[in-house]
Amino acid sequence: MTSRAAIALVYTGLLLMGLLFISPIAFMLAGSFKPDARVLMEAGEWRAFWPAEMSLQNYRDVFTRVDFARFLWNSLLINGAIVGLGLLVNALAGYAFARLAWRGRDLMLSLVLAVMIIPIEAIAVPLFYLVSLFGWRDTYLVQILPFIANAFSIYLFYTYFIGMPRELEEAARIDGAGVLRTFFSVILPNAKAVFASVAILTFLTQWGAFLWPLMVTSSESVRPLPLAIATFHSLPPLQWGDIFAFGMMMVLPVLLIFLVFQPWFVRGVAATGIKG
Amino acid sequence: MISMPALLGLLAFVVAPFLLAVVLGFSNLRLGSPLPLEWVGFEQYRRIFADPSFTRALFNNLLFALVVVPLQTALALVLALLLNRRLRGIALFRTLFFMPVVFPLSLVAVVWILIFAPGPNGTMNAFLELVSLGAWTPHDFLRDTRLALPAIMLTSLWQGAGFQMVIVLAGLQAIPAELYEAAMIDGAGRWQQFWHVTLPQLRNTMIFVVLVTTILAFRLFDQVQIMTQGGPHDATTTVMFEAVEAAFTRQQVARGAAMSVVLFVVVLLISWLQRRLARQEREVA
Repeated sequence: MTSRAAIALVYTGLLLMGLLFISPIAFMLAGSFKPDARVLMEAGEWRAFWPAEMSLQNYRDVFTRVDFARFLWNSLLINGAIVGLGLLVNALAGYAFARLAWRGRDLMLSLVLAVMIIPIEAIAVPLFYLVSLFGWRDTYLVQILPFIANAFSIYLFYTYFIGMPRELEEAARIDGAGVLRTFFSVILPNAKAVFASVAILTFLTQWGAFLWPLMVTSSESVRPLPLAIATFHSLPPLQWGDIFAFGMMMVLPVLLIFLVFQPWFVRGVAATGIKG
Repeated sequence: MISMPALLGLLAFVVAPFLLAVVLGFSNLRLGSPLPLEWVGFEQYRRIFADPSFTRALFNNLLFALVVVPLQTALALVLALLLNRRLRGIALFRTLFFMPVVFPLSLVAVVWILIFAPGPNGTMNAFLELVSLGAWTPHDFLRDTRLALPAIMLTSLWQGAGFQMVIVLAGLQAIPAELYEAAMIDGAGRWQQFWHVTLPQLRNTMIFVVLVTTILAFRLFDQVQIMTQGGPHDATTTVMFEAVEAAFTRQQVARGAAMSVVLFVVVLLISWLQRRLARQEREVA
């Protein structure tokens, strides 16, 4: 059915686009192993993508110049807390909307749907003012708390739970299990897919958070990686090898998680499209 | 009530700040100002729309959307169409196109500063010289009033296309195979199948992708803050960059709040438009 010429055309297109997409990453990877001066010198040649003399010096330099481990820990802690607590809180809310009858449910559901379109950018300024007023700036808490409850996560859980068969829960109810018991022993084990999707989506959007940490943190002890790389870039002397090594170490954990759980990533992102 | 923690969170950290933005937008609040708090009506709005930097910011966001949205949507569609077949190595390419999405924007911005380095040694300059067969003369992209915004557009395009691609790919795979079979029986060629089956079936997905990309265009901040600081001469400033400058750098909270409200109104308009378009389609079908 598909001719050889058509297949060749598809592969040529893929290869060409693939090279364009991979080149910035290859540039960074190669540069992270090169002596600093060479990164800039060779940026305009094919050697930009190939480290002739490999060394780990840049990686060592990152650790002597800044407290990389600290930034990594901050990012892991903040994102771990947002994802973990977010899953619990938003899944429970999604379940309450999908299965329980309570006063004000329909009103609250329309509120959640309405709130879904408010981006963090639209509330960053007043939130910044509130946080300054309460003296909460420069803490972990201020980077975690506002992002736990998430309207879109609630919506994803809600639509998933609505579509689940009721029989399982009814069996548990007959056995005398309460709402929470039912949720943890019946719903949770049968809804791993939606939990994975929401976890990955939350992680993807929060791991790169830049605007909010920029506004509310000033000391390195609580700053996450995305802010740290920007600060590191403007820290003299300008050494591109070090910056790329920092970047590689910053993205490597995420890249590994991505490669291992790739089908889940794709499903998680595709889940956002179902909304329309 | 098990929904309480999430609902309280939304009320405290989304609804309340949002209402506060609306209220503050009508005041003269500045952090650490000796002036008493006053209600000034629409004064802040009058001022920001009279401020050439802010109107330039709105214009830049709009321009960014007008250029990036069609380009990125088309790119995502092309990539998804290329990937939507059973060929050897397809999974590898899908991984590759999606990879930039897991890169934090701030890291991407820093890396692309070097790609856009001035002089013939700069990666982008050297690449353009190569593909134009030597006709391109080196430019200092990020300090050029005409090239700085396109440079940021390209950076964003590279990072974001994979996300849209995955959504479009899911949309493509949801199209029932019977539709194609029926079209083939009717004697439709590949091109006709694309126009009469693929595109109409993909309509809601495409509307969604366009909506998300447009909203992202108006939220633009990280790349601007890191790559150009809004410059040169406001060539890359955005609504969000101006709002942060006002509220954070200059402590003019009320002014920043008014700008946030403008941003929200724009986002609301775009969402409203999307809903109307999507509903129309349902009525037709």
